Amino acid sequence: MSDGASTLSAAPQPPLVRRSFLLWALAALACALALPHFANAYVTEVATTALLYVVLCLGLNIVVGYAGLLDLGYAAFFAVGAYTTGILTSEFGFNFWLTIPVAMAAACLAGIIIGAPTLRLRSDYLAIVTLGFGEIVRIIARNLDITGGASGLVGIERPEILGFKLMQVQHFYYAFLALALLAVFVCLSVERSRMGRAWFYVRYDEDAAAGIGINRVSAKLQAYMMGAVIASVAGCLYAAKMTAISPESFTFNQSLLILLGVVLGGMGRIPGVVLGAILVALLPEVLRGAGTYRPLVTAVALLAIMLFRPNGLWPDKRG
Amino acid sequence: MTLDLVIQQLVNGLIVGSFYALIALGYSMVFGVIKLLNFAHGDIYMSGAFVGLIVFSFVGVWVGNGWLGVVCALLVSMLAVGLLGVVIERFAYRPMRNAPRLSILITALGASMVLNGSALALTGGRHFAFNTDLGFAGLDVSAVHITYTQIVLVAASILLMAGMQAFVSRTMYGKAMRAVSIDMGASRLMGIDVDRVIALTFFMGSALAAGGGVMAGAYYGSVHFFMGFIMGLKAFTAAVIGGIGSVPGAMLGGLLLGLLEAYGSSLPFVGSEWRDVFVFGALILFLVFKPTGLLGRSVVERV
Repeated sequence: MSDGASTLSAAPQPPLVRRSFLLWALAALACALALPHFANAYVTEVATTALLYVVLCLGLNIVVGYAGLLDLGYAAFFAVGAYTTGILTSEFGFNFWLTIPVAMAAACLAGIIIGAPTLRLRSDYLAIVTLGFGEIVRIIARNLDITGGASGLVGIERPEILGFKLMQVQHFYYAFLALALLAVFVCLSVERSRMGRAWFYVRYDEDAAAGIGINRVSAKLQAYMMGAVIASVAGCLYAAKMTAISPESFTFNQSLLILLGVVLGGMGRIPGVVLGAILVALLPEVLRGAGTYRPLVTAVALLAIMLFRPNGLWPDKRG
Repeated sequence: MTLDLVIQQLVNGLIVGSFYALIALGYSMVFGVIKLLNFAHGDIYMSGAFVGLIVFSFVGVWVGNGWLGVVCALLVSMLAVGLLGVVIERFAYRPMRNAPRLSILITALGASMVLNGSALALTGGRHFAFNTDLGFAGLDVSAVHITYTQIVLVAASILLMAGMQAFVSRTMYGKAMRAVSIDMGASRLMGIDVDRVIALTFFMGSALAAGGGVMAGAYYGSVHFFMGFIMGLKAFTAAVIGGIGSVPGAMLGGLLLGLLEAYGSSLPFVGSEWRDVFVFGALILFLVFKPTGLLGRSVVERV
């Protein structure tokens, strides 16, 4: 392992973020910070949803973009987070912030249960098992008493920070913005860590990666669990924002939308994924009048991207 | 469990299982030849049911809603949807044949969503009645009534699968299919028209799924745009249980899964709402302990 890692890190590394890009990113951040002050409640609400998708897509990007594993049940981990917060605050009177570590642990556990048996096999199997897992989580949420059955949980406690209670749309907008920034930071640092390089290697050539001493099963499992944890934290905050959750928020369609966000902008690249996530969040607003045609539009978008621009709308220029 | 219940669930399990087997066979064949998990397969089954229903309602005017109508619907639907499978392969999968596996999988997913989304847009998400007039005459075994329809359905799917097995093992094209599934490059060097063999595989797999769709639609009396989703998942499970890539394995896996589901959901502590959990649990257990399935050979990935 140590030999392989030193070969990998010997390659000259470009700076963490290029300077021109950093300026643009700061400008975008300034706009994001100022947004609630000049936008109305509707726009802020849509922007909050966009930030939620940014977090979810960045998390799925670790699994799909970095490690090259197709996860079709990602919404299940989002559900694990949301239900953990929901159950612990409403049934057991937990403080919101204490539910986050519990949710992260639960997501890790779920990730191991699903990942450990399937990650040894071909990636196709993982895709279909995660699809099945997504359905199982939804069926469980629908049929257990503690999850409130089909009608879900209501009256989830709103979080407090130093005596300040998050109530309005703007408050949650900033909370999701902070979470999104945290997710970007985590992705940036993990991308260039030893683990991140192992993922890239496994994605490009699994056998060569194994040949230089990367344990491919544990590398994949780490990516899978990290993605799960990010989704679960997003789920906690989502539950607190909505105060009510039901199984219908965590369907296969939700997983597909998150995947579309990752693929649309450009798999494996943070700016591309952020762009894709924002586009996915705007999609229902743009297609408000389309009714039953909406899934078809989503589907054609996904297929067209794969066939004509497989590297996404904002691909990596460095190749 | 009383004896009657055991027999009743045997009948139910065999019927559902033969639908699973028909669809699993298409999964398995396509996977065998191009190593692609054809996500669109469940939606092809759904398209088959819809095409069958359309043909049935036109033909029914002349020949009535009996067996003749169902057989016409079955044949036309198998042909039309078989061609649909070829079209999907040509425009969605062939351009991606040398792309990374992740891209191919996402493309397959996109193809599945396009079929599903089109069906939703065209039908508005409504359930359509598939009203057949097949009668309830049948045999009585103990206290269980088995209709002739049920017997014919199981017999027809076994016939279709046996025909497929004979095609793959006896004919020249079947031999070409097996050759391509072992080594595509070498097959091309031996003068096999690989593109044509792949198209043929898609045609046959899709036609079988369409056959299953028409039979399931006629049997349950209802057709819906979402019927392919869970069916696709379960057929995949059946293919894994039997051993993916193996034709007899797909049949065995389908029937076993049907029986497992029928008996599993009639156990006292698992209600029918947990039936799908039961199936996916079986899938995960198989992947852990016997990923090659009951009749499959182990797939060695080449570098």
